[in-house]
Amino acid sequence: MKSNVKFVQGNEACVEGAIYAGLKFFAGYPITPSTEIAEALSARLPQVGGKFIQMEDEIASMCAIIGASLTGHKVMTATSGPGFSLKQEALGYAVMAEIPCVVVNVQRGGPSTGNPTHVAQGDVMQARWGTHGDHAIVAMTASNHQDVFAVTVEAFNIAETYRTPVVLLFDEVVGHMREKLVIPAPGEIPLVERLHTSVPGGVDYHPYLPREDGRLPMSDFGGVHRYNVTGLFHDMWGFPSDNPGVVHGLLRHLVDKIENNTYQMARYKEFCLEDADTVLVSYGSSARSALHVVRNRRARGERLGLLELQTLWPFPAAIVREKCARARSVVVVEMNTGQIMREVKAAVSDPERVFLANRIDGTLITPTDIRNILRLIQGRGV
Amino acid sequence: MERCRIVFSGSGGQGVITAAILLAEAAVIEEGLNAVQTQVYGAAARGGATRSDVIVAEEEIFFPKVLQPNVLVCLTQEAYNKFYPIIRPGGMLITDPRYVKIETKVDARQRELEMFRAVMDRIGKPIVFNICMLGAVIRLTGLIRPESVMKMLERRLPPAFMDMNRQALQIGIELAEAA
Repeated sequence: MKSNVKFVQGNEACVEGAIYAGLKFFAGYPITPSTEIAEALSARLPQVGGKFIQMEDEIASMCAIIGASLTGHKVMTATSGPGFSLKQEALGYAVMAEIPCVVVNVQRGGPSTGNPTHVAQGDVMQARWGTHGDHAIVAMTASNHQDVFAVTVEAFNIAETYRTPVVLLFDEVVGHMREKLVIPAPGEIPLVERLHTSVPGGVDYHPYLPREDGRLPMSDFGGVHRYNVTGLFHDMWGFPSDNPGVVHGLLRHLVDKIENNTYQMARYKEFCLEDADTVLVSYGSSARSALHVVRNRRARGERLGLLELQTLWPFPAAIVREKCARARSVVVVEMNTGQIMREVKAAVSDPERVFLANRIDGTLITPTDIRNILRLIQGRGV
Repeated sequence: MERCRIVFSGSGGQGVITAAILLAEAAVIEEGLNAVQTQVYGAAARGGATRSDVIVAEEEIFFPKVLQPNVLVCLTQEAYNKFYPIIRPGGMLITDPRYVKIETKVDARQRELEMFRAVMDRIGKPIVFNICMLGAVIRLTGLIRPESVMKMLERRLPPAFMDMNRQALQIGIELAEAA
């Protein structure tokens, strides 16, 4: 038996991915269906010299990881819908102050306390626009444990590369389900480490002065440099400024650093798209049902394909447009009232051929649900 | 092998979910198969109705829930009443007559195994009832070898508990062979 083969929950796959990526600090407050992430990290982090802390609530957890990240460590918190709502203000602070961090939301039914132990994908737009003000954000997801692991590592890499919070939008089915996970060997997946300033102690360090490549080297807070961090618009020193040029420049920078790199951050998988006249677009656990349908229907000669999105934000519109260009119909499979469907409609040349196959009752959408909707779209009746 | 879809159902505290996880884990780690395990998370703790789904296959498994089980295990009357209609035609229903009175004919092979009584008579500890049930399931389905289950148990349990579990697994296998 190989010791790198595990049979675990998706939440544990996320934990192992985070440890692999170099997570050293986790602050959280348990909430179903994300609790196993906190539970497992309380055991795993001390084994790798990291710190685990259960805070008094989700707001404090988010603030704690922001502070810890500034001291030079890779950080993460995990929650579900109600906790994700509470984290939004501090999430915006991390966007503004450009703090690398990873925020996991294992989605359950909402709004409010909603349907705690059941699956939903209703927080896609909350991830995008949950915090106030114009901004850009990165959000990623996955449908199986190997991908949960890889996407979690990628989330840390993107957080460090672009100095940004990254949201991992998993869901109850993927979080709680158990399946095989093969832990990659060290070095198999490249890691991005913190970019430290080369400015020595005693010399002025400008925390928000970009290098030529646009990246902002960091100095461990509490170390050799004194600098200011604020949620207000700020100059290159990190001090508040309402100078219109500074405000405009910073907001442009915050949005452009993400959106100009949409293609680089776009993770997706495609199945049988070459000759597909119907393209399913899906993500997270819904994509498992969609893939089941594609495999079954292909065996019976139907030209069905799947585009599985792993990066939801920034939305990879150009890729969706290209992959759906030859399809007679595009069917978005998701467990909400059409949050990604709207993006797909906006991305393709002919939004009239985009349809929604969804389920919003806390039950995983089944292959039969999808097949019935496909038959209706094709005018064949259920 | 044929893809096998199993639903384990019973009451919180019977070890139904533990047995489901053991089976799926042994299939993946020891037998090199693919397996997916899910369970219903409700407000149920000890005493509430529980259900866990396991799919075992050689190929990849995408949709992880079981809609029509080939094998349905019901360890309480409530579970039986709720789940017997979903069994796949020609499938197998496994119950313990101590807990379940079969009232309706279903299109399935029905195996009523006196697992609880055998465990109490021969071991005297109800805690290994679920392992006995698992022994019966693996014998009736031929899905995995008993040694694979024992290896999974070795990872979890102190050595002092191994004999009792080995014995319970064997009782389940024997009951299945006699059925």
